[in-house]
Amino acid sequence: MAESTHNLMDSDRKRRLITRLAEVVIAHADELTALDAAIGDGDHGHNMKRGFEAVLQDTETLSAMALPELLRAIGVKLLSKVGGASGPLYGTLFMTLGKQMPAAPLRGGIADALQGAVEAVKARGKSDVGQKTMLDVLAPACAAFATGNSLSSVAETARRAAEATVPMRATRGRASFLGERSIGHMDPGARSAELMIAAVCEEFGGT
Amino acid sequence: MANVGIVIVSHSPKVAEGAADMVRQMVGDDVPLAWTGGNPAGGLGTSFEAIVEAIHRAWSDAGVAILVDLGGAETNSEMAVEMLPEDKRHRVVVCNAPIVEGAVVAATEASGGASLGTVRRTAEELSP
Repeated sequence: MAESTHNLMDSDRKRRLITRLAEVVIAHADELTALDAAIGDGDHGHNMKRGFEAVLQDTETLSAMALPELLRAIGVKLLSKVGGASGPLYGTLFMTLGKQMPAAPLRGGIADALQGAVEAVKARGKSDVGQKTMLDVLAPACAAFATGNSLSSVAETARRAAEATVPMRATRGRASFLGERSIGHMDPGARSAELMIAAVCEEFGGT
Repeated sequence: MANVGIVIVSHSPKVAEGAADMVRQMVGDDVPLAWTGGNPAGGLGTSFEAIVEAIHRAWSDAGVAILVDLGGAETNSEMAVEMLPEDKRHRVVVCNAPIVEGAVVAATEASGGASLGTVRRTAEELSP
């Protein structure tokens, strides 16, 4: 991904990317719901699964779109289908990526769009890193990508960042109601963010 | 000038409907009122699209005040407001107030013809 992704984003690639993203979330739905049941309302996995099943159904239409439109369309789909707080949060992430992603981006353009999307999620959730949320994975992974790390190293950053939410005390979202009792569990939003980042890194890892 | 409309957004349709019943008992049909509860699959949760529809149902040129319960209700409501057409967006507010008391107090204020700002302020006085 060092050069333009123009040729790397043909419709086959987009189809694989959509499928990978959707399938990894759907495959981990029970795990995400179990994580959420421990410190939240126990619907994260099912909600995300519902959203990505809708995305998956539209794979053909989506993969024919230009990258910015594709990202935006995924965001709109998640916003309308997921529900919960993760619907608007992931919706905002993808819709902002769509708005800021150049049609044929270089790595720098992708990094800027990712940074913009992370900022938009912070604003939407009135949250920041350190509160035991998806931002604790999105922000460091995005920073690792921006500094030019390999994609496998970005995925590793995401994995460690999700792991690092375990000892954190939640101060945002429903887990914050638990106070000290939120300590000792991985944040479900951090885990779903990690899974999606890993899927994207894996898809582009060989290029 | 029409009265400010009230939208109630709960994770539970029963809570939303019950709060709306309490509002109606207080103000009758003097205030445009809509409620929504439940996620897109019908379980506990909130739905962005259902909130947008509720805003339209309770629409008033004087504006709409939204009362929410927990996190997702607030986040989805704020997103719904931002996605409204430009001319409507600035006439809808999400109140930082307890959902049941806030809805009743806001609607009572609205029934007297108060502005959107006053309706919101009155509801938010309930929050510490």
